[in-house]
Amino acid sequence: MPKVTYVEYNDAEHTVDVPIGTTVMRGAVDNNVPGIDADCGGECACATCHVYIDAAWLAKVGLPVPGSQEAAMLSFAAVAQPDSRLSCQITMTPDLDGLLVRMPEGQH
Amino acid sequence: MSDTSARAVIVGAGHAGGSAAALLRQYGWQGPVTLIGSEPVPPYQRPPLSKAWLKGEGNFADLLLRPAAFYETNRIDLRLANEVTEIDRSDKTVKLSTGEHAAYDHLILATGCHARPLHVPGHDLAGIVALRTLGDADRLRPLLRQGMRIAIIGAGYIGLEVAASARILGADVTVIERESRVLARVASIPLSDFFQRRHAAAGVHIIMDAAVEAFGGVGGQVTAVRLADGNRIPCDVALIGIGAAPNDALARRAGLACDNGIIVDLATRTSDPAIRAIGDCTHRPLPLYHRTGRLESVPNAIEQAKQVAADLCGRPPPAPEVPWFWSDQYEVRLQIAGLPFETTETAVRGDPSAESFAVFHLAGDGTIQAVEAINAPAEFMAGRMMIARRRQAVAARLRDVSCSIRELAT
Ligand SMILES: Cc1cc2nc3c(=O)[nH]c(=O)nc-3n(C[C@H](O)[C@H](O)[C@H](O)COP(=O)(O)OP(=O)(O)OC[C@H]3O[C@@H](n4cnc5c(N)ncnc54)[C@H](O)[C@@H]3O)c2cc1C
Ligand code: FES
Repeated sequence: MPKVTYVEYNDAEHTVDVPIGTTVMRGAVDNNVPGIDADCGGECACATCHVYIDAAWLAKVGLPVPGSQEAAMLSFAAVAQPDSRLSCQITMTPDLDGLLVRMPEGQH
Repeated sequence: MSDTSARAVIVGAGHAGGSAAALLRQYGWQGPVTLIGSEPVPPYQRPPLSKAWLKGEGNFADLLLRPAAFYETNRIDLRLANEVTEIDRSDKTVKLSTGEHAAYDHLILATGCHARPLHVPGHDLAGIVALRTLGDADRLRPLLRQGMRIAIIGAGYIGLEVAASARILGADVTVIERESRVLARVASIPLSDFFQRRHAAAGVHIIMDAAVEAFGGVGGQVTAVRLADGNRIPCDVALIGIGAAPNDALARRAGLACDNGIIVDLATRTSDPAIRAIGDCTHRPLPLYHRTGRLESVPNAIEQAKQVAADLCGRPPPAPEVPWFWSDQYEVRLQIAGLPFETTETAVRGDPSAESFAVFHLAGDGTIQAVEAINAPAEFMAGRMMIARRRQAVAARLRDVSCSIRELAT
C-alpha cells in the first residue's frame, strides 16, 4: 500500500499507509495523525485539512486548478503558501507512494 | 495537574464524542477511554445524511468518522447500542441500559440533540419521519423516488437539503413553513429570498405562514397534512424538520446546571468538576460575541472535543474559533462564518441572481460579525478571517465588487 509521510509543525514525522482511492486527508484522520482537523469531512468547505507539499512532490501532486473551489478556499487560508493544498482534494494513486506533506502551525 | 492515566468515560458516540476519544489518544491520554453510544454504528458524519447519502452517493466507509478498526487500535473501548440511563455523581459511575456500570474519573457528556417532535393529531402514523440518524436516513432513502410525494414540515437547513435531494431523485416536494420565509431562524433575508427562488425554480412547492393542524392517514399510513387554514396537502411521506433540542435530560436528572443545553465553560467544564460536556448538547461561551449560546454544527463539536482533550491532557487551551457552518442544496454551496449578533448593517456583495454572492453583517462600529456566502468561497474565507481578527469594514466598500476581496481583507 502507498505510504504518506506527514510532518507536524514541530517536525514530528508520521508515515502511514494510505489506500489508493482515498484522500491524503483521510490517511491522516484514519491514523490519528495530529494537525489535520477536517471539519467538513472532505467537502472542500472548511480548509482545515491544509498541508504544504514537499518540493520534490509538487510536480506530481500538482497545484489546485485556478478558479476552483480549492484555490478560492486557499486564497484566504491562514498561513497559505505557494505549495499549499487541501489534503482532502488529493486522491491517493500508486504514483504518490512516498509523498511527504507538512502541516501548518494551526488549521484556524 | 492532569493525570492522564485516569479513566475517561464518554457518553454519546457521535461527532463530538468520537472526536474527543481520538483526540485524547492523540494528546497522550494513557488511561482507559470508554465511548458509549446508543446507536448501533461507530461514530459517523451526519451532514451527508441529508445530502450525498440521501441521494445514494458515497459509501459507508466514507461516512464513518474513523474506520471501525480505529477504536481497538487506539485502545478505545467502544460500546455501541448501549444507552447511559443514569449518572451517579457521588459514586462516579454511570449506569448502562444493559444494567452494567462503568466507573469514571472524568465523564464527558456528548449526547447531541434529538429532532423536535411535532405533537399534532396523527403524528404517529407510518410514513412520518425525522432525520437525525443513519437509521432515519436509511428509512427515508427508499421513499424518495420518482413520483413519490413528500411533505416537509419546516424550512430549516435539514428540510431544505432534503427538499433538494428529493427533487434530484424525482420526488414531488412540498415544504410547509410556519414563518413567512424559509430559513427564518438561521439566515438573513437575502439568503432566504435566494433559496426560496432556487427551490421554486427546481419545482419545490413552498407554503409559507402555514400551521400544521394534523396528519391524515389511511390504514395507519400517512396520506395528507392538514393545515390550520383548511388546506390539505396529500403526501406519501412526511418529514418533520422543525429543529433539534439538546439531549440534556440525563444531565438534568444528575443535577448539573442546564439551560437549553448543559452549561459549560471554554474548557467544557460543567457544574461538576468531574464532568465535561461537548457538542450539540452544550450551552457554551461564545467568546467573540461576549455571550453564551448553543451551536449545532460539526465545527463546534470538533472545537469542543479539542477543548476537552486539551484540558484533560494538561495542554494549553486551543485558540477560540469562529463558529461556522455549511449547507449544500442542488449545486449551491452555502458557507456561513460568525453569528449575526448586534448587527446594524447588511452589505450584499455580488449579484444574487448570478448564484454567487455574499452577505456581510456589521455591528454599529463596522465590526464584521458574520458572513453568509453563496458559491463564494473566497468571501467566506476572507470573512471568517476578518471576524476572527475583529476587523471593521465599511459596508459600501464591501458592496463594491470593483474593490477586490483581497484589498478589503488586508
Ligand atoms: C441531517 C443532518 C445534516 C447536518 N448537516 C450539517 C452540516 O452540513 N454542517 C454542520 O456543521 N452540521 C450539520 N449537522 C449537525 C451536526 O451533524 C451536529 O452538529 C453534530 O453531529 C453534533 O455532534 P454531537 O456529537 O454533539 O451530537 P451527535 O452527532 O448527535 O451525537 C450524539 C450521540 O449521542 C448518542 N446518545 C445520546 N444520549 C445518549 C445516552 N444517554 N447514552 C448513549 N448515547 C447517547 C446519540 O444516539 C448520538 O449518537 C447536520 C445534522 C443532521 C442531522
Ligand atoms: S476536509 Fe474540509 S476542506 Fe478538506
